Amino acid sequence: MALAVYGTGLSSRLMLGTAQYPSPAVLAEAVKASGAGIVTVSLRREGAGGESGGRFWALIRELGVRVLPNTAGCHSVKEAVTTARMAREVFRTDWIKLEVIGHHDTLQPDVFGLVEAARILAAEGFSVFPYTTDDLVVGERLLEAGCQVLMPWCAPIGSAKGPVNIDGLKAYRAHFADIPLIIDAGLGRPSHAAAVMELGFDGVLLNTAVAKAGDPVRMAEAFAQAVEAGRLAFEAGPLEPRDMAVPSTPLIGRAVFS
Amino acid sequence: MKLIVNGQALDAKAPTLAELLAELGYEGDWYATALNSEFVPAPERAAARLSEGDRVEILTPRQGG
Repeated sequence: MALAVYGTGLSSRLMLGTAQYPSPAVLAEAVKASGAGIVTVSLRREGAGGESGGRFWALIRELGVRVLPNTAGCHSVKEAVTTARMAREVFRTDWIKLEVIGHHDTLQPDVFGLVEAARILAAEGFSVFPYTTDDLVVGERLLEAGCQVLMPWCAPIGSAKGPVNIDGLKAYRAHFADIPLIIDAGLGRPSHAAAVMELGFDGVLLNTAVAKAGDPVRMAEAFAQAVEAGRLAFEAGPLEPRDMAVPSTPLIGRAVFS
Repeated sequence: MKLIVNGQALDAKAPTLAELLAELGYEGDWYATALNSEFVPAPERAAARLSEGDRVEILTPRQGG
């Protein structure tokens, strides 16, 4: 079944960041290979003319994908809200990947500021995609603030560790059974993406794992296949682990030789 | 008039945000502006008057994760 967020059906459950690729051409090829229907972008200062930003924006528009602007690097509610408003004008979308960073080193979200910023932006008509932790209460507060999708991390941004708290993610999935949940941040390998998709998460958002791979285009394709396989496995109902051995071949009818 | 534009000290003649953008050579419609941390939508730039010491942010699309 297709995934829908904020009333929009998505063609792929993989969302891709656009940063850190070796070149704009590789970025474009990686996006195509990933099959992603949504890419994340940002706003940054640029010197006189703004031509570099214009070129990047033209490249993204040519890809024909939907953009999800972020508030990356914002450390306060004020910064995040102002950046979101600016992004809405430039990118002509109400969608915003809301990041309010609480710590320079861990890039952990400031969940208190996140909820406050989400409330302000939702009231202004934004469709907020909050980058959050796997804390259930924070998730509930974000929904109360007006978010219709939650994006918990599975490990720190750029760490490539993959899901470090499987039990926490299972609880998150169970607690927010009817809410679109997208794993944002921490994925390093396609097997990580498959693992969280098998848990029933609705999608993944990643950047560094593809952009910094030896061959970003092939890695984008690998992630696309992993996300699809993980989803298929979830829908097929994976076997739960068991403590004891269980024979797969029937015991009845076996020969007796002694 | 001394301004801080994208974190850099700058001497400008322009009395409004719209005229500052023209003075600095910004063209196209792919940038957004803020004055003293408040977003200024494009249609309001012509009326946004600048004062000594104002902080202006001019942001354009960039790669992001």
